[in-house]
Amino acid sequence: MDQKGIGLMEPILKGRNLVKRFGRVTALDNCDFDLMPGEILAVIGDNGAGKSTLIKAVSGALIPDEGEIFLEGEQVKFQSPIDAREEGIETVYQTLAMSPALSIADNMFMGREIRKPGWRGKYLRQLDRKAMETMSRDKLNELGLMTIQNINQAVETLSGGQRQGVAVARAAAFGSKVIILDEPTAALGVKESRKVLELILDVKSRGIPIILISHNMPHVFEVADRIHVHRLGKRLCVIDPKDYTMSDAVAFMTGAKEPPAEAA
Amino acid sequence: MSQTQHFETSAAGSPDKVAEFDYKASFGKRIQNALHDTPSLVPMVVLFVSIAIFGLLLGAKFFSPFALTLILQQVAIVGIVGAAQSLVILTAGIDLSVGAIMVLSSVVMGQFTFRYGLPVEFSILCGLGVGTLVGFVNGWLVAFIKLPPFIVTLGMWQIALAINFLYSANETIRSQEIDEVAPLLHFFGETVKIGGAVFTFGAIFMVLLVLLLAYVLRQTAWGRHVYAVGDDPEAAELSGVNVKRMLISVYMLSGLICGFAGWAMIGRIGSVSPTSGQLSNIESITAVVIGGISLFGGRGSIMGMLFGALIVGVFTLGLRLLGADAQWTYLLIGVLIIGAVAVDQWIRKVSG
Ligand SMILES: Nc1ncnc2c1ncn2[C@@H]1O[C@H](COP(=O)(O)OP(=O)(O)OP(=O)(O)O)[C@@H](O)[C@H]1O
Ligand SMILES: [Mg+2]
Repeated sequence: MDQKGIGLMEPILKGRNLVKRFGRVTALDNCDFDLMPGEILAVIGDNGAGKSTLIKAVSGALIPDEGEIFLEGEQVKFQSPIDAREEGIETVYQTLAMSPALSIADNMFMGREIRKPGWRGKYLRQLDRKAMETMSRDKLNELGLMTIQNINQAVETLSGGQRQGVAVARAAAFGSKVIILDEPTAALGVKESRKVLELILDVKSRGIPIILISHNMPHVFEVADRIHVHRLGKRLCVIDPKDYTMSDAVAFMTGAKEPPAEAA
Repeated sequence: MSQTQHFETSAAGSPDKVAEFDYKASFGKRIQNALHDTPSLVPMVVLFVSIAIFGLLLGAKFFSPFALTLILQQVAIVGIVGAAQSLVILTAGIDLSVGAIMVLSSVVMGQFTFRYGLPVEFSILCGLGVGTLVGFVNGWLVAFIKLPPFIVTLGMWQIALAINFLYSANETIRSQEIDEVAPLLHFFGETVKIGGAVFTFGAIFMVLLVLLLAYVLRQTAWGRHVYAVGDDPEAAELSGVNVKRMLISVYMLSGLICGFAGWAMIGRIGSVSPTSGQLSNIESITAVVIGGISLFGGRGSIMGMLFGALIVGVFTLGLRLLGADAQWTYLLIGVLIIGAVAVDQWIRKVSG
């Protein structure tokens, strides 16, 4: 087994030579990316390093200008987030992607609503609100978000942290192949962050790999199996948190220290 | 790494409930919340209060089945066009071309029947098709070329109106001819009488249409997506809504409804006239705004639009029966529009 712990396994999600430009800004500069089955991969990097752009490229939220993406060895060309979702890739975007005026249940089931059984669902296309509310409540309870009083509450009446909790619960509930979390604990309190970390480990124990973008080094070092260090639009190196300290990681990602040759 | 986590253990024994303090909302706050949940409440109250006031002032002259159903007849067209307008405005758009599409559709229905001698059923289908097609062009320009809806429909208003005049050669088809050759064009003008109450098919259609759309918007995935797109299109796209397809379907449906409005208008005014319905776009926007639908999209209910249209109808008839100058109607409607938007802003503050 080599230093990165990859061994002979095929990555479940793989990016090669990804390029994305926004006008004169190159957000992704021939970036490579590998996510192994069952692992928690942390992605760290400075603000503006291109982390969000990278995960948007692999989740269909934007189409890379160049490069290839492979899911379980097969090349995929996602045209929209819906395509990625259909392949079992769920994402919590940094902006959370919620409709503020709609309820928690509406948001949890956006784009995959459950219809009533029988003719009312089939011919009248009526939604099964009860079922969606119950499922939403269960998922939020699992996450320990008991502070939400009413599942029909509009999302805009929730606090920033509660919104983040709902977004994480949504991804965890529906992700079947890969779950991507872009700074899922950024707005969360101590207890809620802990719940999300527990949820991440729980998802991992179900065998689903996770991509975790975070600026919180203690969190990253606690849960990650490998750390992808992103710098200036590309992967600088991948390190094993057991072999390096947090200060090493920060030094690599800020450019204060050269990464070791074998990790590059 | 574990020593950095010690501070978390101090939170371990804390109770699981957070922020469940005894919430004693003030009266104003409670109203604000109720309105946030049911935005059509204000126009509903305004409607019933104004009916009551005019009823008191005018007595049986106003408060009769005949007068009240007359209002319904008079707002039928605005209500149908307003339904189309509501859909578009809920997606944070606006459709200035509704009136022009309506007239164009009615002219197609009339001319196809009379100029080419086509079966009237087929002509009506063509009229509805033309409305849908114009709506599709609007939707395509908004969704794919990403032009602002205001600009697209401002242009389409002129284009559809010009085509309407060029094609019809400014020719009116008289009511008598229609009755003889193609009475189906007058379908929505037919009436059912129950006691003193007179319901035109147009008015009944309008009410049924609004009820149907209210169901679709609340109870189906498509309806929820309309709100999501109006709320925040980017978030909707990321959370799995095909925003482009949604926008196109909304503008097409709007065009189709305007086609029906064109048919209903023939029943209402009797003739097919290319100069009719010129104010429909403004009247429909007025109904939508008074009805409490937010021009910023994503908020409001189509029932509110119906109440808004009825409020205008009640004021118009009530003031006329009182013998007041028609300008008073416009003045009061102006006040209502500004008031409605002020209420909308206040409701939004629930989240802020
Ligand atoms: N939609 C966009 N239009 C133009 N430029 C963009 C867009 N999205 C990202 N960028 C640019 O691409 C670069 C990378 O942005 P990205 O959001 O991927 O960074 P990030 O690593 O996620 O940063 P952060 O840690 O602050 O979230 C930045 O320079 C940003 O300005
Ligand atoms: Mg980011």
